Amino acid sequence: MPEFREKADVCVIGAGHAGCEAALACARLGLQTVIFTVNIESIAMMPCNPHIGGSSKGHLVREIDALGGEMGKNIDKTFLQSKMLNRSKGPAVHSLRCQADKAEYSRCMRMILENQDNLTIKQTEVCDILMEDYQREPDEGGRPVEHLKRKKVAGVKILTGGIYECKAVILCTGTYLNARCLCGEAITYTGPNGMQSSTHLSSALEKAGIRLRRFKTGTPARMDRRSIDFSKMEEQFGDERVIPFSYETDPEDVQIKQELCYLTYTNEKTHDIIRANLDRSPIYAGVIEGTGPRYCPSIEDKVVKFSDKNRHQVFIEPEGKYTNEMYVDGMSSSLPEDVQLAMYRTVPGLEHCRIVRNAYAIEYDCIDPGQLNLTLEFKHIEGLFSAGQFNGSSGYEEAAAQGLMAGINAAREIQGKDQIILDRSQAYIGVLIDDLVTKENTEPYRMMTSRAEYRLLLRQDNADLRLRKMGYEAGLISKKQYDRVCEKEKQIDIEIKRLKRTTVGASKEVQEFMVSMGSAPLRTGTSLAEIICRPEFTYESVAAIDKERKPLSEAVIEQVNISIKYEGYIERQIRQVEQFKKMEKKLIPDHICYEDISGIRIEARQKLAKYRPVSIGQASRISGVSPADISVLLVYIEQMKRK
Amino acid sequence: MGTDTIAAIATAFSESGIGIIRISGDDAFQIADKIFLSKKEKAGELFSFENEKTYTMHYGYIIDGRSVIDEVLVSVMRAPGSYTAENVVEINCHGGILILQKIMELVIKNGARVAEPGEFTKRAFLNGRIDLSEAEAVMDLIQSKNEFALQASVNQLKGSVSSVIKKLRSEIIYEMAFIESALDDPENYNTDGYGERLSVVLDGIDKKLEELIGHANDGRMLKEGIRTVIVGKPNAGKSSFLNELLEEEKAIVTDVAGTTRDILEEDIRLGGVSLHIIDTAGIRKTEDKVEKIGVDKARKYAAEADLIIYIVDSSVDLDESDEEILEILKDKRFIVLLNKSDLKTAVTEEKIKQKLKSFSDYEMIRISILQHQGIKEFEETLKQMFFKGKVSFNHEVIITSMRHKEALLQARESVSMVKQSIGSGMSEDFYSVDLMNAYAALGRIIGEEVGDDLVNEIFEKFCMGK
Repeated sequence: MPEFREKADVCVIGAGHAGCEAALACARLGLQTVIFTVNIESIAMMPCNPHIGGSSKGHLVREIDALGGEMGKNIDKTFLQSKMLNRSKGPAVHSLRCQADKAEYSRCMRMILENQDNLTIKQTEVCDILMEDYQREPDEGGRPVEHLKRKKVAGVKILTGGIYECKAVILCTGTYLNARCLCGEAITYTGPNGMQSSTHLSSALEKAGIRLRRFKTGTPARMDRRSIDFSKMEEQFGDERVIPFSYETDPEDVQIKQELCYLTYTNEKTHDIIRANLDRSPIYAGVIEGTGPRYCPSIEDKVVKFSDKNRHQVFIEPEGKYTNEMYVDGMSSSLPEDVQLAMYRTVPGLEHCRIVRNAYAIEYDCIDPGQLNLTLEFKHIEGLFSAGQFNGSSGYEEAAAQGLMAGINAAREIQGKDQIILDRSQAYIGVLIDDLVTKENTEPYRMMTSRAEYRLLLRQDNADLRLRKMGYEAGLISKKQYDRVCEKEKQIDIEIKRLKRTTVGASKEVQEFMVSMGSAPLRTGTSLAEIICRPEFTYESVAAIDKERKPLSEAVIEQVNISIKYEGYIERQIRQVEQFKKMEKKLIPDHICYEDISGIRIEARQKLAKYRPVSIGQASRISGVSPADISVLLVYIEQMKRK
Repeated sequence: MGTDTIAAIATAFSESGIGIIRISGDDAFQIADKIFLSKKEKAGELFSFENEKTYTMHYGYIIDGRSVIDEVLVSVMRAPGSYTAENVVEINCHGGILILQKIMELVIKNGARVAEPGEFTKRAFLNGRIDLSEAEAVMDLIQSKNEFALQASVNQLKGSVSSVIKKLRSEIIYEMAFIESALDDPENYNTDGYGERLSVVLDGIDKKLEELIGHANDGRMLKEGIRTVIVGKPNAGKSSFLNELLEEEKAIVTDVAGTTRDILEEDIRLGGVSLHIIDTAGIRKTEDKVEKIGVDKARKYAAEADLIIYIVDSSVDLDESDEEILEILKDKRFIVLLNKSDLKTAVTEEKIKQKLKSFSDYEMIRISILQHQGIKEFEETLKQMFFKGKVSFNHEVIITSMRHKEALLQARESVSMVKQSIGSGMSEDFYSVDLMNAYAALGRIIGEEVGDDLVNEIFEKFCMGK
C-alpha cells in the first residue's frame, strides 16, 4: 500500500492562540511549516471569555506585538469595546483590555494563516511524534554522561497513518488532550465548545518519557440577549479614545462605535441555591480529579470560600456583533443544567434568561513544564517544543506569548542560530516562561503584574523600546519598523536631556505660573525636569514656561513624562536588575552532574537535577535550593573550571 | 568583578586581649575611611586607605561621629594580595565583646553587610586563592556553617519575638495582597482612600519595628547571655538566690515562661556580664515519678549550660543527692555557693574540696542570702571568670543578633519608603516593592523565605475572577 509521506521543516500541533503564533513565526522566518488542527473552524477560537488583554495580559499582547507576533493586530481589527485599566494607578500597571468579537477574531486569524507564505493548514489529528535516538557530542571538559543520550524529533504521524517528516515539532494542544467536559452529572468526552478531543497523542507522549498531569478549568453559560433585562444592570462603557494594541495600527482606525457591557450582582438567593446543590457539583462530589485555578474560581468556589461576601460581580458581555449570545462573566460553573438555570435566574436582569450554551468544567492532559528549557524545548528531546495551555498555563495571551517564543526558537534551532531567551528583567514573557519552567506550579498559571519583580520597567507603554530590537534580530520585525523605534528612542533621550539642562529662573512670570498651578514658588533657578517631577505638573502642563519646546509625538511625550516623573523608582529598579543580571550571567555547565556534589543537600540536589537550570540565577529561584546550596554550587563550578 | 562588601569578627570572643574585624570587598577602603581617624589625620594631614600601600598598618581611633570607640591598629591589604583576593581591611581592636560588637555595627551601618558563614573562604576560593584540592573542604564548610547558623538563628530567637515578627509579616502581606488584587481586578476592588488607611497600618508596624530594634540593641531579642543553670538540693536556697540577684540589679530584662512549670528563666546583667539564668527544680535522689521528671530536666539543662551555680546548704550534711549533682558537674565550669553561712556549719569548705578533688576548674564562695552576704563576691568572681575567658558563650549569638538588627533596620527603612511614596502622592502599585522588601527582611529573622506567599495570600484572602 503506498504510504502518505510529506516533508516539512516544522509541524505545529494545534491551531489555538499558541499554535497560530508559533506557525506564523516559523513560516515568516522562512521555514516550511504545517499547522494541524482537529477542526479548521476552531483556529484561534476563544472558547472561554471574550477578552484579549487585561491586567498584565495586556502587557503580554504588547510584547507579542513588539516582537512581531499577530495577536495585537488581530484584536485591533476585531474588538467591540476597549478599556485601559488602572488609569488612576502608576504607568506600570496600566493595562489594555478589549472585548473581542469571537467569530471575527477567529475568522481574521484564519485568513492570516491561510494567506501566509510557507504555511499549510491541515485538518487532522496527530497521534504520534516520531523520534530517533542519538548521542550528543560531550562538551569540552565534560564526559559522556547519561543525559547526553538524547532523542531527536523526526516527524509526526497522523490518524490516517500518514507521516510528515520534519525537523521540529511544536505541541500546542491546549485543552484538547484526553479532554472531558462536565456539566453536573453529564460528562462528555469532548474538547472545549463541543469540539472533538485528541485521544491518541497523550499515550504516545508518555511513551517518549514525557510526564503528563491533569488540569481543570471552567467556563460560564452563554445566554440569549433577547431574554436579558438590561434595565436592571449598570452599563459599562469603553474608553472615549481607544488606544490600539499594535504599534502598527493607526490609532484613527480603532475609533469605532463600541458595544456595551453590563454589570449585575449575585445575591443570597443565588448563593442558597448553590449551597443546596453542592453535592451535585462534580468538583465538590469528587468527580473532577484535575487541579483548577484559584484566580478564576467557579461561582461554587466563590460562594464556599468567601462565604462572608453577600454578593459577587457578574458582567454580561457580547460574544460578537452578529450573534445574540451573551457571556456571563464571573459565574463559571459545573453544576447540573437545572441548577444552573435556577441559579442564573436569581440574578437581577436574568430572571427570564434562556441559556444557549451551558456552563461546564473541562479536564485535560498537560505537562509539568519543568521538563522544558527556557526556549520551551523539551530537555531530553531535541526539536520538540511546546507552548500554551499544554504547558500548564491558562489564558489566550499566555498561550500566544509562548507560541511565539517556541516558534522563534524552533526556527532558530533548525537554522543553526543562537536561541533567544527573554529574561525576567526584559519582558513579562520572560517572567512567564521562567516561572513555568523553574517553579512548581500546581494550578493553571496565569500572568499577574505581581509576578514581575521589575514591573516598573516592564510597562505596556514601552514594550516597543524594550523588545523591537530583539524582534528585528529574530527576523520578525522589518528594518523600517526597527528604525522607527530607534528614532523614537533618540527623540526621548534628547528631550529628557534638554529638560534636565534647561533651567528657568525665579522670574515673576514663572512664579505666577507656579502659584497658578497650585505649586510652591521656586527658590532659585530650577530645571524643567525638576518642575515636572513635582506632583502638580506633567510634561504637558509646563509648556507655558518651556520656551524652546519643539512638537513631539504623543508616544515620545508619554515616555519623557514617565522617565522624569518616576526617575527615582526607575533607577532603583535598574540597580536591582544589574544585581539580577550578574547572577543570570553565571552559567552552569551543561554537563554538570549534581549527584556528584555532596556538599549540596539531597533535596536541593534532586531539584537541581530535575530542573537543570542554565544559570546560577535560575538555580536560586528553584524552591528548596538555599543560598548555602548556591554557594556550594558556585565553588563546585569553579572547581570544574580549574580541573 | 564587582562584589558587595562583607564584614565579620575574625577572632574568637573574650579569650584574647585583642579582636579582629575583617572587611572585604570593593568598598572596604571607603567604609574603613568613614569610621577610622588616623593619628596623622588628627595632626591635620590627609588620610585615606585608598592611598595607602598594601601590607601597611595604621594607628588611630575608631569613631562614631565624634565619639571615640576604641584605639586600634588597622592593616590594609590590596586586591589581589589578600586572603579573599579583594580589598581587605582588618581592624585590630581590644577584644571585649561590647567593643567588637560596636565596631561591627558601625561597619555595617556604613555599608558592609554581615558575612554569610564561610563567605570569606568561599570568596577566597572563587578568586583563586585557595588550592583546588581544598574545594571539597570549602564546600563542606559552607554547608555545615550555614546549617548551624540557620539553626542557631531560629533557636536563639525568643518565642515572643518570633510571634511578633510573624504577625508583622502577616499584616504586611495582607496589604500587599490587597493592592495586587485591586490592580488585577480593578473593577472589583476599590482603592479610594487606601493610602491613608495603609499609613495607619504602617505607623503601627513602624512602632513595633522600633521596639524590636530597641530589643536588638539591648539583647532582648535573643536568649542571649551566658547560659547559667542553678542546681542544688531542695531548699538549698536556689530561688532565693535568683530573687536576690534580681533584687540586686533590678534588671529583669524579661521573664520568659519556662517550657515547663519546673523551670524558671531570667535574663540578668551582672557587673557588665549577661546571664541567661535557668532555675531548676531541686535535685534529690528519688523514686517519685513526677519528681524524677523535674530532675531529668534539670540534668538536661545543666548539660547544655555554659556555667553552673551549685548551691549547697552548709547547715545540712552532704548526702546521696549531692552525689547526683556531682555527676552533673562533670566537665562543666561551675561556682559552688556555700549558703546559709549564718547558720551552724555542717559542711565546711574543706569537706567540699575533698568531694571535688577530681575537679580542677571551679570557684567557691561562702554566702548568706538571708543576710545579703557574699553576693558582691559572687559578682566579682563571675566577672573575673568571664574576662579571663574562663566562661564564655557561643559567639554566634552576637552575629545572629547583628544579622537580626540589620534585617530590622532594612524592614524599617522599607516601611518608611512606602510612607514616603504615600506622602508624595504615588499610586498604590509603587508601595509594593518596598512592602515586599520589608516582608523579605523580616522573613530572614525567622528563617522564612518569600516564595509564592504573595500569590497564595491574594487567592486566599481576596475573591478574584472575572
